[in-house]
Amino acid sequence: MLLLIACIPAEAAKISEISETSIGDQALRFFSFRDPSLRYALIGSILLGITCGLMGSFIVVRKMALMGDALSHAVLPGVALGFLWNTTKDPVAILVGATVAGLLGTIVVGLITQTTRLKEDTAIGLVLATFFAVGICMVTMIQHLPTGNKSGIDKFLFGQAAAIGPEDIRVMAVVTVVVIALVIVFYKEFLVTSFDPAFARSVGFPAGWFHHGLMLLLAFAVVIALQAVGVVLVSAMLITPAAAAYLLTDRLRHMLILAALLGMAAGVLGAFISFLGNNLPTGPFMVLGSSLAFGLAFLFAPRHGVLRRWLHERSRDHRIQRENTLKAMYHVLEAREFRGENVAIRELAERRHETAEEAKEETTQLQKHGLVTLHDDGNGIVFTPDGWQRACSIVRNHRLWELYLTSEAHLAADHVHEDAEKIEHVLGEEVVMELEKGLRYATKDPHGRSIPSLQDIRRPAQEGPGELIGYGRKL
Amino acid sequence: MIDSFIPDFDFVRVFVEPWRDHGRHFIWIALMGFLITTACGLVGNYLILRRMALVGDAISHSVLPGLAVGFIVLNIWAGGSSHDGEIQSLSHHPVHTWKPLAMFLGALGAGALTTLLIELIHKKTRVKQDSAIGIVFSTLFALGVILICLFADKVDLDQECVLYGEIAFVPLKPFTTWFGVSIAPPDVIRMAGITLLTILLISLFYKELLVSSFDPALAASMGINATVVHYGLMAILSLVVVSAFESAGAILVVAMLILPGATASLLSQRLPTMMCFSMVQAAITSILGIHLAVWLRCSIAAAMVVVGALLFLLAWIFNSQAGLLQRLKPHTRDQTSPRPEIQQLAQQT
Repeated sequence: MLLLIACIPAEAAKISEISETSIGDQALRFFSFRDPSLRYALIGSILLGITCGLMGSFIVVRKMALMGDALSHAVLPGVALGFLWNTTKDPVAILVGATVAGLLGTIVVGLITQTTRLKEDTAIGLVLATFFAVGICMVTMIQHLPTGNKSGIDKFLFGQAAAIGPEDIRVMAVVTVVVIALVIVFYKEFLVTSFDPAFARSVGFPAGWFHHGLMLLLAFAVVIALQAVGVVLVSAMLITPAAAAYLLTDRLRHMLILAALLGMAAGVLGAFISFLGNNLPTGPFMVLGSSLAFGLAFLFAPRHGVLRRWLHERSRDHRIQRENTLKAMYHVLEAREFRGENVAIRELAERRHETAEEAKEETTQLQKHGLVTLHDDGNGIVFTPDGWQRACSIVRNHRLWELYLTSEAHLAADHVHEDAEKIEHVLGEEVVMELEKGLRYATKDPHGRSIPSLQDIRRPAQEGPGELIGYGRKL
Repeated sequence: MIDSFIPDFDFVRVFVEPWRDHGRHFIWIALMGFLITTACGLVGNYLILRRMALVGDAISHSVLPGLAVGFIVLNIWAGGSSHDGEIQSLSHHPVHTWKPLAMFLGALGAGALTTLLIELIHKKTRVKQDSAIGIVFSTLFALGVILICLFADKVDLDQECVLYGEIAFVPLKPFTTWFGVSIAPPDVIRMAGITLLTILLISLFYKELLVSSFDPALAASMGINATVVHYGLMAILSLVVVSAFESAGAILVVAMLILPGATASLLSQRLPTMMCFSMVQAAITSILGIHLAVWLRCSIAAAMVVVGALLFLLAWIFNSQAGLLQRLKPHTRDQTSPRPEIQQLAQQT
């Protein structure tokens, strides 16, 4: 793709020469790839998106996001020194200077936390702001220099993708390839040191070296993004796409790929928008692009999104509500020793300390789920086989748990109800069988009431819907 | 190139000329620097103790869109934009009268929004707090930069100012006059007010802040509402940050918040002593910072931070309790004894 884009002949002028043209024309120009500086900007955005996404994923899963922030601010003095090297925007000198300064910053953070009682957050903030201040001093000194081409340096603060030139692209491409290769080669090591550092140490991984190696790669990612995103906002390109990917998947491999794709998309979007409006800085738009991606993931991610969680919680609340109503019906039947199968709404309401309307609403829900049938013009309800099964298993869970707490955990019998109220809805079949076995198939709970057995639960299902009467008699 | 990069050190140019020739100018800059560093340092002490240093970082960035929105709304409301050339005639324009209020409200809104969004992301998803902080402040800061670029004519801020402030321009603004006597530049007066307010609030709620910072359990048993203390501190922080923002910029404010407290906490374990050290550092920083900036011909605010960082370095190396030099000798340190002031308070209750 790089070759393909580079082959298109250059005929258009520089971005900066475009003055008053309509947004449509600008968009057309952008996607025709005729403009060479535009092509560089686009390739640069893609490269930086990939590298930042990859390295950002590691710092997000390692909970070192703000270390990335410190590192990205700390490169500024290095950039200024690299710029001073021969007073032009020499990409290699800037790369070397920025990498050294960034690494120095992370080392100072480590030193401060190790040798003083200051905590890591203070150390990070301190290094971040101090290095940045030194950088600002140097940048303002460069701007006051009488000679030399000093036009490029301020573009490093907020980023200007249009300032990316062919030499920059070459350096960026080399660094990106190095980063991708190292991530692939050391994937397993990075995985282990990220998620289980204790294990990594115990099997003899040099965790310290991997930490510094990661910081070096992180510095590379920051340096690549500098030109287009700027020092101030680079950390966002590291953190935000990776955090969005973190919400979308549970596997590091997928997260790396997703973060790289999201970073790319945000980069291209930022370059595009800043191109539409003349002379707008690129960095903030790229950051907003990745924030948009994060916002969408935050809301709509399939497993970890807020919407999914909300729906999940709501359906769980409704299920618990239904199960509690079924349990109350069981209690009503139990109180009259299972004579007759019809439970009046009034009885249910009394049992649950509710109004008849509320009880009615609950029974409608049960009916919708096929757990009860309505009788007597809606004033009486009868379990369906499914409903009876659910009711029995909830009561069984509750009473087994109470028994377990009193006999095994030695809690007083009047202290166990609250806990059982919660746990009854989440105990799985296997756990319940295990509990039953551990309690030697006891038949009475601590309050002296019968615990429904597995046979009771299965009975109506085996006998079919017509054979409902007398299902409780055995109890 | 590099040899001309660092200007020659000329004692007269660096130390005498600023006060002899531009004394009136530099006295206000020094005063402004001292006020900013004092207010930031006092609040920063608590941030460091409460491990909220990076919340300070986040707020100082995310104040920017609040400021921008405040300015834009104010300009639209006042109908029309002001031009720099007409500042003199516009000093009684409603834009200038209401500017501090717009700034203050915008900053408080932005501060609240930041805290809220960080909590939202961190509580509702599995994204950790550090990532949440990083995402929120960078998003808001990016938004702020875009707003300043798009509404350049309505916002009294530019990109350079956002980064390292315009403390050198403080004395150039028309002085505030009371009863026909011109007193001081408006920024200095405002900052002095904020600093006094900070000192007043800290001395009024000294016990509450102290106890809830060191021992939340004891604070709860004394009936101190931790949430109120937390949000109160956030409000003061937003206030201080927004007043310092125009002069020092987003990132240097972080340094002024953290550096004095960090240096002081290396020198002393007692909070009142730490605060005194912070103020001494503020004074040294602002004056030496000016001389450094004059010598190197660089941004004054950044030079003040560099001086502050050098002071931190000195404290780090020569600190009697845990300094780098001290580490070379064998020593024992008693870390278990609780702080005297906490012990005292615990005994009282």
